[in-house]
Amino acid sequence: MGNILLEMKNITKEFPGVKALDNVNLKVEQGEIHALVGENGAGKSTLMNVLSGIYPYGSYTGDIVYNGEVCQFQKIKDSEEKGIVIIHQELALIPYMSIGENMFLGNEQGRKSAIDWDKTYAEADKFLKMVGLTESSRTLIKDIGVGKQQLVEIAKALAKHAKLLILDEPTSSLNETDSKALLDLLLKFKQEGMTSIIISHKLNEVSYVADHITVIRDGSTIETLDKTVDDISEDRIIKGMVGREMTDRFPKRENVKIGDIAMEVKDWTVYHPQFSERKVVDGVSMNVRKGEVVGIAGLMGAGRTELAMSIFGKAYGTNISGQLILNGKEVKLKNIKDAIKHKIAYVTEDRKGNGLVLTNPIKINTTLANLSEICSKHVIDQDKEYQVAEEYRDKLKTKCPTVEQNVGNLSGGNQQKVLLAKWMFANPDVLILDEPTRGIDVGAKYEIYCIINDLVAAGKSVIMISSELPEVLGMSDRIYVMNEGKMVGEMAGEEASQESIMSCILKS
Amino acid sequence: MVSFNLSEVIKKYTMVIALVVIIGIFYVGTNGTILLPQNINNLLSQNAYVFILATGMLLCILTGGNIDLSVGSVVCFIGGIGAVMMSKGMNVWFTVLVMLLVGVAVGAWQAFWVAYVNVPPFIATLAGMYAFRGLSNVVLNGYAVSITNPTYLNVFGGGADCYIPDFFHGNGLNITCMLAGIIGVAIFVIGSLRNRIAASRKGYATTSAVGFYLKLVLISAVILFVTYKLAGYKGIPTSLIWIIIVVLAYHYFTTKTTMGRYLYAVGGNEKATQLSGINTKKVYFFAYTNMGFLTAIAGILTVARAASAQPTYGMFYEMDAIGACFIGGASAYGGTGSVFGAIIGALLMGVINQGMSIMGVDANYQKVVKGLVLLVAVIFDVVSKREKK
Repeated sequence: MGNILLEMKNITKEFPGVKALDNVNLKVEQGEIHALVGENGAGKSTLMNVLSGIYPYGSYTGDIVYNGEVCQFQKIKDSEEKGIVIIHQELALIPYMSIGENMFLGNEQGRKSAIDWDKTYAEADKFLKMVGLTESSRTLIKDIGVGKQQLVEIAKALAKHAKLLILDEPTSSLNETDSKALLDLLLKFKQEGMTSIIISHKLNEVSYVADHITVIRDGSTIETLDKTVDDISEDRIIKGMVGREMTDRFPKRENVKIGDIAMEVKDWTVYHPQFSERKVVDGVSMNVRKGEVVGIAGLMGAGRTELAMSIFGKAYGTNISGQLILNGKEVKLKNIKDAIKHKIAYVTEDRKGNGLVLTNPIKINTTLANLSEICSKHVIDQDKEYQVAEEYRDKLKTKCPTVEQNVGNLSGGNQQKVLLAKWMFANPDVLILDEPTRGIDVGAKYEIYCIINDLVAAGKSVIMISSELPEVLGMSDRIYVMNEGKMVGEMAGEEASQESIMSCILKS
Repeated sequence: MVSFNLSEVIKKYTMVIALVVIIGIFYVGTNGTILLPQNINNLLSQNAYVFILATGMLLCILTGGNIDLSVGSVVCFIGGIGAVMMSKGMNVWFTVLVMLLVGVAVGAWQAFWVAYVNVPPFIATLAGMYAFRGLSNVVLNGYAVSITNPTYLNVFGGGADCYIPDFFHGNGLNITCMLAGIIGVAIFVIGSLRNRIAASRKGYATTSAVGFYLKLVLISAVILFVTYKLAGYKGIPTSLIWIIIVVLAYHYFTTKTTMGRYLYAVGGNEKATQLSGINTKKVYFFAYTNMGFLTAIAGILTVARAASAQPTYGMFYEMDAIGACFIGGASAYGGTGSVFGAIIGALLMGVINQGMSIMGVDANYQKVVKGLVLLVAVIFDVVSKREKK
């Protein structure tokens, strides 16, 4: 083994109710490219946030040894001073500022009282050349493509005198040519002695650049593979990523008859609302039957949420084309109200951001999507509203003192139940559940699964979008696999396995 | 049943308690002058425009902390139109109708830009603030126009006779006024009791009995006290009737109707509201159009009280309304607040104004105090919310 540049020892990080990292160990050699792989939520980003000081020293346990000394970073500035620079998945550039301004944001050149703009742009141009960009640093960020923006991020990191570069999913928004260019750039830096850690879902890329691959699963390090010794084929990596035991975490569904097709989409294509040339959903066809749970698996950003929301009365996207067929009849949904009228419900993945009015009580949230049900002539029957809220509270076993309680004060699991209640009260035939168990504890998850079973037992159709493969496998009668806007696989629930889904995604 | 929890009560009724404390302070500071019948009468009729505007402003603020800066100018504009029309001898009721329609039209004009073109409300209404101030000058030709029509003045709270006449000719005590107070209390008590009985019969959770009856007694006492005081002066000012109608109607509207519910939902979480199939643009459009309507009512009352219209009327009215809402507990981010809260806020401001005037505090310092009260109220709101987390 070469010189160890960074060692993270027994890192444990807890969030309220969740152990995100459990005794994680990571060793990175000087001058290598080290890949970090794992499923969504395995803890990769958390680990990197610990390293860069986003989670300050003291909020986790364990040691970070960098360049031979133990580090206690309080904030990002501390780690950057040592040359550890992280480039996040979401680009952190300001569109209406120039490349140069962005690169030195928070690190302005010149004196405190007066920024030296000539120096700024000269320096910026120097670093841009290093990453192979020919643009002037006076160009505005919004005028260059995403691929180049990613290179600007790297140039920005170099300007901070990075010795250890951390890239979180650097190619997730890039096309193949740009991705290849970026990876080759990393290899070139390696030649010059730079050390990098790369987090990626794209295992072909990982195999291409990495010297070592550390696999993280459920907040623990599983193994570190060495390029020169181990087999680092994609199948081998996948095995490490998903090799967990399936236990009895899902309630049994018995005697549910699967009936006719309730909803079907054909050749569904959706474009990005702002960048209208970008296809987000690309020629997707799928269906769901009465009494059936259909899972949609895929990585974050695969276009699953966008597919669901575009079906839900064009709640997302522009230039939506394709057919939507409900109970054998083609329909065109003008808006969300129309979708609700046609008995479709979309239960958002972001319950706090898009789902609930946190400052309002449970009862008001419960009835919001179907207020006309408890109204006469636009006047709300508040007794009836109370009854409805109580009924769903009993049915879903929501834990709360009263239904007058503000939703903001409930736990995640109970909030999710209120959100489900809201859409069940809208009385839909097809429910699209987007990440229905995100961020809630195991017990509450089980209860949500039971609710899903009750729904299909009542003849409803459920489409469940989930990034947790065990959940998709445990709950679905049928599974679609989506990647980069396309459906890349369909399999029966009992035939599917984590390996088959992952390889569907990664080999598409 | 929820137990009677003192700290909860204090939290819920902070501003009411603050109002009582401040009245107490001024009672001592003015040797009781502040609670003289005439002063109570003045407090209500002088601030009529604040009550009306604060009600409308609350609806805008509910949608997400959005304010309407144009109301002061629009009050002046509409008042000007009315004064000019009446000075030309036009029919009073026709004039009032035109004033209301112009208000709605002005509101809809601004609402359109806010709701459908996404112009930030601050800017759309700032533009209105300039434009309608200018138009007021144009309408009034730069002069004061006086209003002499007795019907208009009497009905909308101006001149010496703008009181509900005493049909029973009480000696020194206006019996009609007292009777109205007693009937009001009776309706309030019976209504509250009926609701409570109905709720407990259906098995709903009710608030604690002690709290309920205490609230009932206190509110009844306040109503009787105020009507007693008013009866000792000239009776019920007509402007108070308009205030009561507007406040009760909008209280009902915000708590019982679907559109009222949507106002809160949009301010609480616009995205979630949209995804619940609600047309949020319509909600914004409604809030600002309605503001125009209520601004018209405030304009009608303002020029009636002054018995004239001048190009400078209505200056800073928007600030009084906004201040009242925030003091009354509306959130600067939208989604929370109530009509009664805004009214309490307006009363608090009014009492401070009047108290200091009676005590002879310099007008400039009065502004300083008002500013500080607003700041303290909002700090209190922010801090108490932080504690909850």
